[in-house]
Amino acid sequence: MMSAALAVASRLVCGANVEWRCPSRSAGQRIYFANHASHLDFIVIWAALPSDRRGLARPVAGQDYWERGPVRWYFSRRVFNAVLIERNTAGTQDVAAAARRSIQRMSDEMGARHSLIVFPEGTRSVTGEIASFKSGLYHLARLRPDAELVPVHLENLNRILPKGESLPVPMLSRLVFGAPLAVVETESKEEFLTRARVALMQLGAVS
Amino acid sequence: MTAWHDSALVALIAGVLGLLIVASFIGWSLSRLTLSESGRATVNNINARIRAWWVMAIVFVIAVATGGVGSILLFAVLSFLALREFVTLAPTSRADHRALFWCFFIVTPLQYYLVWTGWYDLFVKLIPVYVSIFLAVRVVLAGDTGRFLERVATMQWGLMICVYFVSYVPALLTLHIPSYAHQNARLVFFLVAVVQLSDVLQYVWGKSLGKHRIAPAISPNKTWEGFLGGVLSATAIGTAIWWATPFTPLQAALMAFVVTLMGFSGGLIMSAIKRDRRVKDFGALIEGHGGILDRIDSLCFAAPVFFHLTRYFFAAG
Repeated sequence: MMSAALAVASRLVCGANVEWRCPSRSAGQRIYFANHASHLDFIVIWAALPSDRRGLARPVAGQDYWERGPVRWYFSRRVFNAVLIERNTAGTQDVAAAARRSIQRMSDEMGARHSLIVFPEGTRSVTGEIASFKSGLYHLARLRPDAELVPVHLENLNRILPKGESLPVPMLSRLVFGAPLAVVETESKEEFLTRARVALMQLGAVS
Repeated sequence: MTAWHDSALVALIAGVLGLLIVASFIGWSLSRLTLSESGRATVNNINARIRAWWVMAIVFVIAVATGGVGSILLFAVLSFLALREFVTLAPTSRADHRALFWCFFIVTPLQYYLVWTGWYDLFVKLIPVYVSIFLAVRVVLAGDTGRFLERVATMQWGLMICVYFVSYVPALLTLHIPSYAHQNARLVFFLVAVVQLSDVLQYVWGKSLGKHRIAPAISPNKTWEGFLGGVLSATAIGTAIWWATPFTPLQAALMAFVVTLMGFSGGLIMSAIKRDRRVKDFGALIEGHGGILDRIDSLCFAAPVFFHLTRYFFAAG
């Protein structure tokens, strides 16, 4: 009920024009990775998935934000079934260990059925530019070589609900789901992250 | 369901149904007869358009048949969707966010609320006077002066075209025309049917006979043959349904003629905007047609002129 209403609301506000350059359904699990400009990003991706796949796709989001207040808690836990992770904040004694724990959590929470929606830039972009990727995507891909890595390019969401605003302005947005990638044995972490970011950016190029 | 007691309106609706059935039959025959590759693409597009026309006609008939509420709701939703398409192409800045929120969620509902209450004085002034001042103030307070005039003017134009002009269609229901009480739904029907048929007939005449381009720099598909054929045949249809209007046959002909000219101008204006923004269509909501704004561009510019002509010459008070 709630999720159907949300999908309609998402379409009304973001009017997403969706293009699939890979099959919209796959037998295996997937890790969707997208550029991040707005709190609506996840909802728009989720609403664009075939309705029988929505329940299986879980967003990865920052615990500090989504556990603040009963409304956010309700949406993140009950509606979206989000995987909430600790973000690396200054003052954490062992940043690397915390990051490893988070990646392990994501992999565990995927289990044998779920797909994940992640935003490898780590935070929302203000300008609409795609920042360099954090290494989490690489480590997650290494932990779950069975999952397809699907780039998802989002356009115009930074105008619909920019960082710092709480009310959306309806506009048309565009989503492109690209061909899946995988980590190649011979490439370094940096090479992979650059390749993934370039693949994502190319989806946004005007054809 | 007041419409079913209005035999003239029922007759008009039956006419539309008949037209759609004939169009679907022609489309089906064309798809069986056409073999060439390029011909097929055109025929497929025509059939997609006809299918979309069925949906649009059914939505429109339901809205008109449910009386005032249905019509107001339909055109309010159309305004919202059209404004969404317009703003997507507008050169707005981050500082316009709050002002745009007002346009969608306060101004648009308020304008249609005024149609609902029939408060004519405020209905005609709200957007051109009060909102135009308010928007400029709201944007200037946000502090970004980059391309200030362009941003404010574009926002105001979007509201005028997508909300103000469109709201004139259901506002026809609020006119008090002597010895035409409770029949205003037919006026809405007359306007929408003549404008949309003019678009369709311009397309049909242009596709079949079109040779001489009328505005090559703006819209390469528009021809003199399409324009004259479409305007004249839509005017003829408008004249032929004079019995459903408060007009005499000659008055109906003049009204239909003015409305088709306004519609043609509207189509050209919106094409110029699309050309400038380097897009083919405003959206992709209606299969074969493009976006909402691509479908109602001619109606936007015809509605206010039709409303005021009718009000000035035919309405009481």
